[in-house]
Amino acid sequence: MVDSEPEAGGQFLRGRAKFEHRGVTHLKNTEAWLVEDRTLHLRGPKQLHFDALVIATGAYDRPLPFPGWDGPGVITAGAAQALAKQGVTLAERVIVAGTGPFLLPVATALLDLGATLVGVYEASSPTRWLRESKAVLANRHKIAELASYRKVLSHLETRTAVIAKHGDRVTVAKLDRHWRPVSHRTEHADLVCIGHGFLPRTDLVPNAKRTNDFLDVDERQQTSIPGVYAAGEVTGIGGADLAEAEGIIAGAAAAHQEPPARALEAVRKGRLFAQALARAHAIQPGWQTWLNPDTTVCRCEKVSLQDLSDATSMRELKLTSRVAMGRCQGRICARNAAELTGIPFDGQRRVIAVPIPLGELAALPEEPS
Amino acid sequence: MHPDVVVVGAGIIGAACAQALKARGLDVLVLDRHGPASGTSSAGEGNVLVSDKEPGPELDLALASRELWPDLGADAEWEEKGGLVVATTPEAAEPLKAFAAAQRAAGIDACELTPQEALSHEPHLNPDITAAVHYLQDAQLNPVKATKALLRGIRIINAEVSTTDGRSVTTSDGVISCGAVVNATGPWARNFGVNVLPRRGVVLVTTPIPGTIRHKVYDADYVGAVASGDADLQTSGVVESTQAGTVLIGSSRQRKGFDDTIESKVLKALARKAIALFPMLTDVPVMRAYGGFRPYAPDHLPIIGEDPRTPGLWHATGHEGAGVGLAPATGRLLAELLTGATPLVDPHPFRVDRPEVMV
Ligand SMILES: Cc1cc2nc3c(=O)[nH]c(=O)nc-3n(C[C@H](O)[C@H](O)[C@H](O)COP(=O)(O)OP(=O)(O)OC[C@H]3O[C@@H](n4cnc5c(N)ncnc54)[C@H](O)[C@@H]3O)c2cc1C
Ligand SMILES: Cc1cc2nc3c(=O)[nH]c(=O)nc-3n(C[C@H](O)[C@H](O)[C@H](O)COP(=O)(O)OP(=O)(O)OC[C@H]3O[C@@H](n4cnc5c(N)ncnc54)[C@H](O)[C@@H]3O)c2cc1C
Repeated sequence: MVDSEPEAGGQFLRGRAKFEHRGVTHLKNTEAWLVEDRTLHLRGPKQLHFDALVIATGAYDRPLPFPGWDGPGVITAGAAQALAKQGVTLAERVIVAGTGPFLLPVATALLDLGATLVGVYEASSPTRWLRESKAVLANRHKIAELASYRKVLSHLETRTAVIAKHGDRVTVAKLDRHWRPVSHRTEHADLVCIGHGFLPRTDLVPNAKRTNDFLDVDERQQTSIPGVYAAGEVTGIGGADLAEAEGIIAGAAAAHQEPPARALEAVRKGRLFAQALARAHAIQPGWQTWLNPDTTVCRCEKVSLQDLSDATSMRELKLTSRVAMGRCQGRICARNAAELTGIPFDGQRRVIAVPIPLGELAALPEEPS
Repeated sequence: MHPDVVVVGAGIIGAACAQALKARGLDVLVLDRHGPASGTSSAGEGNVLVSDKEPGPELDLALASRELWPDLGADAEWEEKGGLVVATTPEAAEPLKAFAAAQRAAGIDACELTPQEALSHEPHLNPDITAAVHYLQDAQLNPVKATKALLRGIRIINAEVSTTDGRSVTTSDGVISCGAVVNATGPWARNFGVNVLPRRGVVLVTTPIPGTIRHKVYDADYVGAVASGDADLQTSGVVESTQAGTVLIGSSRQRKGFDDTIESKVLKALARKAIALFPMLTDVPVMRAYGGFRPYAPDHLPIIGEDPRTPGLWHATGHEGAGVGLAPATGRLLAELLTGATPLVDPHPFRVDRPEVMV
């Protein structure tokens, strides 16, 4: 088990998972950067040769840009949660904004650390969930989970978004169903935590088939590449319990064992929830009206909306405007840039999953024997 | 719709042909299955080089292009950065100096430098180099922006061409009749009857380190790798910065069809050779690798001219690793031949009727 973090647990259980299992070697603080045939290349450099590989690299928050999002005092909800789990107090007055139920645990964690919660703003309308009764009934435990966030529910405003931040002045807007602002007011906050859904971290398998960027898997969690399995948020966003159940199936299948029926059932139900989640919290195009011509779209290369050139493909757009060409390699901005220009999003094949010093590349063995 | 000329392929070569034809008053339509610069032309470093060419027809074409680019590429990050070619072994020093002397005789600005002088031009260069030549004419541009600049004011349609008889093209959207057809489909040019094959190249891109590397710097063994017809992996150290401060590291050459998987052995070889030139790169992270397919003819010369088997069908392809540098003169030569004007360079070496080219 290879993981870039010092402890097992990932985004949800970080630090709380006491992982220990005989027969499992846990390589901590270790990043994987390339899959080449049956070899997994690790930083170091080091190679692992496998018969089966399970990709469980999770997802990261997608932030939507607005004037001021690239300035101080704006971070992603995921980053806020990770810091909160380390007990870091981030600010006095905080806002959590975006879409999806994962805003609630973040707000709770910040509140527990003693922050003043100015508001939790959900861009979508809660009525969208009324159409999802089948998914909700199959996942009643999610409602119970909701109850554990009651402390922050009183701060929750739906059809609401942060659409600008200048210093500690935050413009909070009421939205129509396309997420176009219909009215706005000013709030004061030192920190705005944003998360508009998630993007999967799939760079290790750039050639695996995917739908809407998430990896396609069969009922045994196998990707389109034989012997390569995927589990968790790389296949879709449905919460930690679905991710765990997928991991159980992928692990069993990779070891040529029959997956437990309970896990299969949990995945079946969990996927209903994941699909409902994707529909109920789908990004609506009205966010594009939050930007001014000079609003930053790509932070690494300082590319603003007005710099996005006419182009017919992502590659052309990148090479003429430099959007998505910087340190993050478009992980944060490419999707947004595609939507802002109407260019089809091509899933961004990146062949090197994490930056790797030239010295390590030079030290690779002659042939991955 | 009956354009005078249909150009198939909106890479830098098709764009240069279209521009030159339009400048001569012809009505031009460009077709590309994926849009401007969607093929090899977006995969290169964008160097406009004379330094890597020995005296001969390709150098003549390169020098003619070098004259034309500053005007045509003004909006495309044109930068006269200069090239620095270095020998890294004692044995390589004399051949490099002899190569440069021959180029000087052919009109190239090639300045021999001592290793100390080279280090004053490039402070991070490996002090163990044995010889260096400074090429003042070597330049760089952004090939995607250059392609778009050449295509300004020219009609482009997204369509795939399946066949042509020199008087019409059959596309995914129907037949377009025209006066003449130019095959500028780069590594895919073989589909229209000339023996062009793909030669894979990979480039590594580092995180930005602005100001560290100033010229295009490459190992003198590069020229040998370019001229080789070997199918196996060949690499040599080619290092330079972009205006954004990232460092581009090449160059690899490999014949493996259109297979685009990234191999760790290529990454390793490129990294080693780059560090041999600039030891300080050891700790600099690579954030991206990308590649493309150079369109090459077995005799390593571009193909520019009319197809004797299919009157009306013209070819402008096979520029291998130098299409950006050779584009303007290629376009001009093609347009001059097509309109019966006096050609700017001798077209004979580039004719289609070569034994290695006709298939
Ligand atoms: C802000 C936020 C709040 C959430 N709250 C809840 C909640 O309350 N309830 C709930 O059910 N779910 C919640 N979730 C979702 C939950 O965190 C995920 O469903 C779950 O963590 C997914 O597990 P995973 O294993 O797929 O990915 P992750 O937990 O993200 O694990 C992926 C692991 O892979 C590692 N990794 C990635 N790339 C590499 C690489 N190249 N090399 C080595 N290691 C790598 C990462 O460091 C990480 O440790 C929340 C998520 C977020 C972001
Ligand atoms: C890694 C690498 C680095 C390089 N660096 C340099 C450099 O620094 N300097 C330099 O001068 N050169 C460089 N080159 C070489 C240069 O990129 C090529 O010589 C040049 O781009 C070739 O241009 P082209 O227009 O012939 O081909 P392409 O750019 O490939 O254009 C061909 C076009 O034809 C289209 N097409 C193909 N078939 C059809 C069809 N049937 N119907 C419709 N459209 C079709 C394609 O979509 C494509 O857009 C490099 C190449 C590589 C791979």
